[in-house]
Amino acid sequence: MVRVILRRLIQLIATVIALMTLVFFWLRSLPGGPVDALLGERATPQTRELLTRALGYDQPIWVQYGRFLKNVVTGNFGNSIRTGEPVTEVISRAFPATIELAVAAIIIAIGLGIPLGYLAARHRGRLLDNATIIVTLVGISIPIFFLGYLLKDWLTQDIHLFPPSGRITTGLGNTDVTGFFVLDGLLTRELDASADALWHLVLPAFTLATIPLAIIIRITRASVLDVLDEDYIRTADAKGLRNATVRKRHVLRNALLPVVTTIGLQTGALLAGAVLTEKVYNWGGLGTLITDSISGGRDYPVLQALILLAAVVFIVVNLAVDLSYAFIDPRVRVK
Amino acid sequence: MALLDVRDLSVVFQRRGTRPVTAVDGVSFTVEPGQTVGLVGESGCGKSVTSLAIMGLLPRRGNTVAGEVLFENTDLLKLRPAELRDRRGRDIGMIFQDPLSSLNPVIPLGLQVAEVLERHQGRTRREALREARGLLDAVGIPDPERRLKEFPHQLSGGMRQRALIAIALACKPRLLIADEPTTALDVTIQAQILTLLKELVDNSGTALVMITHDLGVVAGLCDTVNVLYAGKVVERAGRHHLFAEPRHPYTDGLLQSVPRLDADRGGRLHQIRGSVSDNIPWSEGCAFAPRCDRVIDDCIGETVPLLGGALRCTNPVPKEVPV
Repeated sequence: MVRVILRRLIQLIATVIALMTLVFFWLRSLPGGPVDALLGERATPQTRELLTRALGYDQPIWVQYGRFLKNVVTGNFGNSIRTGEPVTEVISRAFPATIELAVAAIIIAIGLGIPLGYLAARHRGRLLDNATIIVTLVGISIPIFFLGYLLKDWLTQDIHLFPPSGRITTGLGNTDVTGFFVLDGLLTRELDASADALWHLVLPAFTLATIPLAIIIRITRASVLDVLDEDYIRTADAKGLRNATVRKRHVLRNALLPVVTTIGLQTGALLAGAVLTEKVYNWGGLGTLITDSISGGRDYPVLQALILLAAVVFIVVNLAVDLSYAFIDPRVRVK
Repeated sequence: MALLDVRDLSVVFQRRGTRPVTAVDGVSFTVEPGQTVGLVGESGCGKSVTSLAIMGLLPRRGNTVAGEVLFENTDLLKLRPAELRDRRGRDIGMIFQDPLSSLNPVIPLGLQVAEVLERHQGRTRREALREARGLLDAVGIPDPERRLKEFPHQLSGGMRQRALIAIALACKPRLLIADEPTTALDVTIQAQILTLLKELVDNSGTALVMITHDLGVVAGLCDTVNVLYAGKVVERAGRHHLFAEPRHPYTDGLLQSVPRLDADRGGRLHQIRGSVSDNIPWSEGCAFAPRCDRVIDDCIGETVPLLGGALRCTNPVPKEVPV
């Protein structure tokens, strides 16, 4: 087990290096750049040259690349071109917001997806099953930004059920402990702040959860149907076990394997979806940071760090998923 | 009183958009307490479906089961699902063809044996596991203590089938249904498993319904044999009778196709021509007629009855007349 983890960590490092290289050159091959973005169209050649030199972009590209690698290895991601703050600070401020959003979304997706998928499978071919198939198809097909604005318009403008944007009502003082507002409120016993943050979280989390939810429902349904056809379920029935025992002990655990894989793969979709969701609900997280860093100044250092972070999160989540197999399926443990 | 009395059992598969298929077509047979009864036939003759119908294990969707399955005078087909679950595993045990796929891959063997004791005998987990150890020992699994914690993939094929037998017999059922229990095993292991089964049912007085296509299994084990063809019983006889003097051409064909040690070397084995799909419906005559060597005009036209409750043939193989 330790060897597996070690090997995966080495793979992680290799992936990160390859990705850093790609991102570095890819960002710089895009038309425009920080100098144009910062100075605007009417800048004189002199000021442009000055800024280019100040930012170090006058150096040959491979010198820039070498410096970038060296800095990353020492944990120095540089300063934001837009604000001048250290990149690590900018990111660590936005990181908890996105994690809070993504975790809430995945909790919704798993918490609703597995039971609904299971129910659909038990009702195969009947009304509930058919309804599920149609609704999940719609869920997968609707773009996040469209659904986001739709829900926002309906539930915050027409019916004032949820707050339209932000993470917490301004003025509701909550002490910053972890940066996760819901958790902070609980830790400091400011329950009103916690409830308010949770209330703000509902719509964005649900919006972000739709696609993974629909996919998890479908995978669970298909997987349960497969397992129900297995010989060992017939054996369990032949033992006369109660229906509930057969389901809990024999069906669910086997059916969960493909679902767990899907959850890992959905992390990527979740990170991508967060960019759109955060834009719609004005949620100050990594997604907002990415869009701002691209549109507002080609903030190379911030973008590079963000993309690396996303990659690392994705790889680590999938490593965790792989390790969780060992707990679910004893056949994996031996290999 | 018969332990199991199957009367006119029929199973019809109906999938949407396809025409219904009659897998079991009015099968009747009885099993006396402690008796071993064989259901014999080639693939697709309805023998496995018969056993699943008796146990109520056929999926409800798309299957119509008719007739009566009287177990100690209770019609199992009329029981509510929950009542049937109370009996399965307790009164009737069942073992299956493929021991690997019939055991749950993610549950330790001990629990798979113990859960049936928990369910029917009200044992606690600890008691059930201790009893499971004894059961594994009784079916000849070495080092049962260790095996309790192991998973099916860590056992050999023979051991898995032994474990399934232990599960099926855990609650000392009065009837055991074995659906081709040796088909997926090596020949040497087959013999061991059959010997074990015979010992266990003989010692416990459990009646056994043995479903097989292997006449060797029948010869070694069964008191009475029912030969099935295309969902109907075509011949029923005691074991010695059947082997010495098969009357139905199908039974005769099956027996002749068994390789014999005393036959000429290099001689071709007898084969029944065609395949099980070359049938005519029973309503239009004898389903076996298209493949039969002894077919006559009378075979076609109307359903052949089970004459004397034992033979469904208009032109049976003649009894050997002592010269």
